Parts: sequence; C-alpha cells; structure tokens
Amino acid sequence: MSETEKPLSLEALKAGDREAFAQMVDQTSGHIYHVALQILGDEQDAEDVLQETYLKALRSLPTFEGRSSLMTWLYRIAVNEALMAVRRRKPQALSVEEPDPDLDGESESQAMEIVDFCCLPEGELLSAESRRALDQAVQHLPASLRVVFVMRDLEGLSIQDTAEALGLSENNVKTRLLRARLRLRQELSVYFGGRLKEEVHR
Amino acid sequence: MSQHIHDPQCEKLLGSLSDYIDGELQAELCSLIERHLQQCDNCRIVVNTLRKTVELYRETSEPSDLPGSVRERLFLKLDLDEYLKKV
Repeated sequence: MSETEKPLSLEALKAGDREAFAQMVDQTSGHIYHVALQILGDEQDAEDVLQETYLKALRSLPTFEGRSSLMTWLYRIAVNEALMAVRRRKPQALSVEEPDPDLDGESESQAMEIVDFCCLPEGELLSAESRRALDQAVQHLPASLRVVFVMRDLEGLSIQDTAEALGLSENNVKTRLLRARLRLRQELSVYFGGRLKEEVHR
Repeated sequence: MSQHIHDPQCEKLLGSLSDYIDGELQAELCSLIERHLQQCDNCRIVVNTLRKTVELYRETSEPSDLPGSVRERLFLKLDLDEYLKKV
C-alpha cells in the first residue's frame, strides 16, 4: 500500500461499504497478484487465487479483529489459498505450518558450486533468458521455502511481517529463508556457470 | 567449476549468512565472518554470489499494477463493476 494513497477506513470496510472495499482492492491487489504469481508460476492459477482471496476477505471483514494490519491479513489469506492450489496440483505438497521433510535433517553444507558469476556483465545477468532462469529457479523450490522467499525477498517484507503473514516463528522464517537463498544461489551458479563457459569459448 | 565441501569452520558461519548479507548480524559475528572470508576463497565466492542472488531477485521483482483485464474480471467477480472506473 503506497503512503500517498487515501487511507482506508477500517470502520467503513467492516460496515460493508462497497466503495471502501473497491478502494482496498485497488490499493492492495497488485501485491496480492504478484505474490500468487510468484508462488504458483501460472497466470490463470494466480488470478483464481486473487479472486478467491478477495471473496474470502469480503466475507470475513466483519469479523476482522485488526490484530494484524489489513495488508498482512490479506497476504495470509492469499498465501493459504495459493498453498491450497499447490496442494491440488500436487497432492503430496505440504502446507506451510506442517513439518517439512525437506527441512528436517537437511544440512546447509551440501557440496556447493563455486562459480563467481558476479563478474558477468549486468546485461547478461538481467537478460530475458536469465530472468526466465531466475523465475524457474523459484518454481523449483519446495513450496514451504518458496512462500518465505517470495514474501521476504520478492515482496520485501521484514522478517517479522513475513512471520506474521505466514503464521511462522521468526526463527523458522530465517531458517527457511537461508535454505531458499542457498538453493537459488546453487541453481544460479550452475546456470551462470554454463554462461561463463560459453563466454570463455567465444 | 569446482565444488566446495565445507570444513567445520565454514559450516559454523553458514547458518548466519542470511543475517550477514542483510546487515542484521551482531558486529562481533560480522568480524568473525569477515576474518574467515579473508582466508577462505571459496566461502568468499559463496557469500558474494549469495548476495548477488538476492540482489538480482530484488532488482527484477517490481510489484506492478494488476493487468487491466485481470482487474476487470476481479471487480466483476466481486460485484464491484460500478466502481471499475470510479476508484
């Protein structure tokens, strides 16, 4: 929500004011769609989650207690909807609250690719092809790590807000964030390592 | 391309790396990491590429406005069509 926008009236929203609701949708839906798209990697699925999020919000607003901010509350609904969509696609996928075998007993210190891809030119790092590789790498993360990475690094939420939106402890968020980042680093090292080899042979 | 198997010293530092690159680590631990990075080329590359990874994602991730047709279908679904133009 941008700070220059007209502030939303929680009172009006809770009383069922349609115009206030439309205003809330306009101020928040870009973020909600972005989160859904990054978690699901598919525009149609993201749009379904977007619609379901606001339908749920519309129904639940009268009982919204304001213990978290409106935005955090919406994020939470959207992430739960997105995880349900992931589970529908892949029945064995896990919810963010459940213990995740991907996390148990996993050590961060697996063998790591050591490729210094920082020296590639920006144009190469941010080319359309590289961007596709970046997106694909996110989709390769297990959902339990992906949601944390999306909220913290793509949406730019603080650790505290990420924890609140996902219903996790801050320590849990930090652990998952580190694992997500290390996995992405590993995948990008392999990808950009290939590009570096091409450069050498050129 | 080489593979880095961590020795115990590197492994101890690994758990703090996210906090380190976010600048949220206590000064004491920071200087411990920095001392280690001066001696360990592989860890230095891991830290630099980890930081670069996060930077690349942050740079390419601009939350944008809803595509017009997506907004329109959302407003219709929510029975808010009368506000499609107004808000």
